[in-house]
Amino acid sequence: MDIANYIYLSVLLFTIGAIGVVIRRNAIVVFMCIELMLNAANLAFVTFSRVHGNLSGQVASFFTMVVAACEVVVGLAIIVTIYRSRRSASVDDASLLKR
Amino acid sequence: MTTSTNLVYLISLPLFSAALLLLLGRIADKWGHIFATLVSASVFVIGVLEFFAMQGRDGEARAATQKIFEWISVGTFQVDASLLLDQLSICFVLLISGVGTLIHIYSIAYMSHDRDRRRFFAYLNLFIAAMLLLVLGDSYLNLYVGWEGVGLASYLLIGFWNQKPAYATAAKKAFIANRVGDLGLSLAIMIAFTQFGTVTFAGVKEGASGASAGALTAIGAMLLLAAAGKSAQFPLQSWLGDAMAGPTPVSALIHAATMVTAGVYLITRSNFIFDASPTAQLMVVIVGAITLLFGALIGTAKDDIKKALAASTMSQIGYMILATGLGPVGYAFAIMHLLTHGFFKAGMFLGAGSVMHGMNDEVNMRRYGAIGKVMPITAATFGLGYLAILGVPPFAGFYSKDKIIETAFNAGGIEGVLLGGATLLGAAITAFYMTRVIVLTFTGTKRWDENAHPHESPFLMWAPMAVLAIGSVTSGFLLSSGSALVNWLQPVVNEHNERHSEEFLPPLVVSTMALVVVAIGVAFAILKYRTVPVIAPLDVSLFTKAARKDLYQDSFNEAVLMRPGQKLTAVLVTTDYKVIDGLVRSVGWVIQTMSSALRSIQNGYVRSYALIMVLGVLALVTAIWMVTL
Amino acid sequence: MVNLALEVGKTLQPEAIMFWILAPLAVVSALGMLFVKKAVHSALLLAWVMITLAIFYIAQGALFLGIVQVIVYTGAVMMLFLFILMLVGVDSSDSLVENIRGQRIASIIAAIGLGGLIISLVNRATLGVETIGLQDANSAGNVQGIAEELFTKYVWAFEVVSALLITAALGAMVLAHSTATKSRTAQRDQSIARFRGASLATAAGLPGSGVYARHNAVDVPGLLPDGTPAPTSVSATLEARGDMLTTKPFELEVKEVEED
Repeated sequence: MDIANYIYLSVLLFTIGAIGVVIRRNAIVVFMCIELMLNAANLAFVTFSRVHGNLSGQVASFFTMVVAACEVVVGLAIIVTIYRSRRSASVDDASLLKR
Repeated sequence: MTTSTNLVYLISLPLFSAALLLLLGRIADKWGHIFATLVSASVFVIGVLEFFAMQGRDGEARAATQKIFEWISVGTFQVDASLLLDQLSICFVLLISGVGTLIHIYSIAYMSHDRDRRRFFAYLNLFIAAMLLLVLGDSYLNLYVGWEGVGLASYLLIGFWNQKPAYATAAKKAFIANRVGDLGLSLAIMIAFTQFGTVTFAGVKEGASGASAGALTAIGAMLLLAAAGKSAQFPLQSWLGDAMAGPTPVSALIHAATMVTAGVYLITRSNFIFDASPTAQLMVVIVGAITLLFGALIGTAKDDIKKALAASTMSQIGYMILATGLGPVGYAFAIMHLLTHGFFKAGMFLGAGSVMHGMNDEVNMRRYGAIGKVMPITAATFGLGYLAILGVPPFAGFYSKDKIIETAFNAGGIEGVLLGGATLLGAAITAFYMTRVIVLTFTGTKRWDENAHPHESPFLMWAPMAVLAIGSVTSGFLLSSGSALVNWLQPVVNEHNERHSEEFLPPLVVSTMALVVVAIGVAFAILKYRTVPVIAPLDVSLFTKAARKDLYQDSFNEAVLMRPGQKLTAVLVTTDYKVIDGLVRSVGWVIQTMSSALRSIQNGYVRSYALIMVLGVLALVTAIWMVTL
Repeated sequence: MVNLALEVGKTLQPEAIMFWILAPLAVVSALGMLFVKKAVHSALLLAWVMITLAIFYIAQGALFLGIVQVIVYTGAVMMLFLFILMLVGVDSSDSLVENIRGQRIASIIAAIGLGGLIISLVNRATLGVETIGLQDANSAGNVQGIAEELFTKYVWAFEVVSALLITAALGAMVLAHSTATKSRTAQRDQSIARFRGASLATAAGLPGSGVYARHNAVDVPGLLPDGTPAPTSVSATLEARGDMLTTKPFELEVKEVEED
């Protein structure tokens, strides 16, 4: 099996995550799709690290994980705050900037 | 060619005077008219001096030129602003300045009650300057400047009393009809330039011998169009009747003696073109013949004395144009008739002005009658002019008109007979309507209005009339004795000294025939107008109806030119608004519509914005994919 | 797919088997995450995807990363997700009706377009190297290898990221802190309320349980703070046998002195 298959899988997962952001209405699910995209990128990193025989890819992946964690923390805190004042977690409710 | 330094004064003096009187305004009201008259007189004096100087010179040196400045110098196109005074021009210079000065003197008295008299004299001087430039220019382009100048002066003077909208409209009508003629002159100049590379008379004369027949005919036709516009010939004749809206001195000077003769001058000056193009000559004689009959017919039914005289002018100039189309021998006779016509027609117009002045500006001849008893001097001078126009010997018209009739017959063949016949018929009708004018105005019973108290005019008015009457009597004899004028003009118009061929009829027979038809016309008029109804009768013959309506010239112009022109303008305006402006507006409309459509993307939902981001990434990827294909 | 341009190398058969089992599962889970109604189910499916990825990392020689993926990502981040889901509304489910016009179609096109194009791009790319594999890099052990990279080449990024972590934690605390919606009554106000209450009997608060207990026998019921016997303080068997003594004599009375 060709190692490139990992890359294809990564692309596929990334696309699914991108569409999920656009389709789902629950803010938390949207967040989860973003996490899926990040994970797909991590997979690509690791695969290329294997290809090049170099651990830089894995280090990059590591940093991505750290940053993703921070992002999740802050993002979920924001969602909770918004939920507390608006009682709704739907992204469609934030539509005041319409024409 | 002698070089002279005085020619420029002929133009610059009246031009300066006009400018001065216009710019000074009311300050010059007290002395403006005297100043203008003196300037005009001095121009005449200079003209006379130049004439005597010319007589002292011989052969080639007779003509004098003066270069004022270099005007246009573009590549191969060179035009200098220079003047040429040769045998032909001096006749016009003397006529313009002489008759002009007399009319200036007349106007001092005629316009004495008008508060804009100074402006009138300024315009008169402007006219003199422009007309002199017209006849003194040494190239078609210089002539054109004068041509336009006299058109302007005519417009200003016809519409002098522009408080009345009808007069202002008449001025516009004259200007527009002139403009059509000017188109002809412009085209002729352009064709001349493309063919010969020059527009000076000398240059074109040289080039004419080698040019193609088509080019010469084209130039000739265009020059004829120009002449028709300026001289009120068919088909551009409709403005002359309405031009009588101007004060009578204007009608006398511009629309009898001088401006309307500019067309004749143009054709005579371009004799080398017409002599080389028989087609153009044929067109000229046809136009002349049609107009002389046209004017005569209109004149028979006009009750307005000035309009009757205007129709007469149209007809007489038709004679002159006819003569210019008869080849090298005809030009001199045309000029002779032009000069004599200047005297008797100006005299008659001044007489008409005198009658109007005495009858509180009434122009309707049906309200005149028996004026001769009250205004004897006017009647006498008018009568002498009348005899001259009829062609009664030994008055002026006899010599000039009969020569034209003779030359028409001598053209030979069918053409000769037709033209000769037309001129004779014209003479008959002329006799009829001129007698009608005399009978209605000066003889018969009084048909005056209650408050009309006709009295003889003041000295300043009848003196010029008297001088012109003397001219009407003597000028014909003087000009033709010993073929004086013919010999004088021969170097200019008839270089190879051609004589006319076969005499069709002996001159005596022609003169007798002319007198016979004149007598018939006079008798007819006297018989018909023994009693004159004050209100014009309505049940008249078809001819009379047509003649009253100027042979439907205005209706024709309106139907064929004006209304289609108005429709065209309306169409163009609509096109401009809908199509051109619409195009511009549609740009805005397109942008607005696009913006409205694009605005709907901003629906406030985060997810659709996210979708747009994804689509953007898609576009990017597509681009990369395309590039790496 | 014959003639793949990205010929970077082949894997061994076991890895292939593992891949072809787990990869479709991962894709299906991801799609499921997209389409299930309940958010909790999405979270769980995502967790499964992450575990699959962890297995892939380990298979590819990224041992440290694989473990970290399980511990941090799946264990911490996804659990955090689940906590918040519980907080926000575990019952909440999206309706399937899409209220933005054209969103579904455009997203389908975007999905197919994006996925297809990138895969085709990757397909056409040539890397020009042979797979080296991580044998040498992991010669001292994967953790040591990463540590060597992390603390020498990437130490600056490491420090910055740790600063980021601290900031994130602080930020979360600030954001999650909620101000009380009503102010708590202070001691003074409570005291005043007690003395203005229905009867002064409870002004000092009710006595704690057992304050008035005179006996601790099995068959004597205990007293509740208001003086009434607690029915459950005596065994039901005794009560059924009728061996329970009534508490009447033991009920508190203020005025009467109770005789034994």
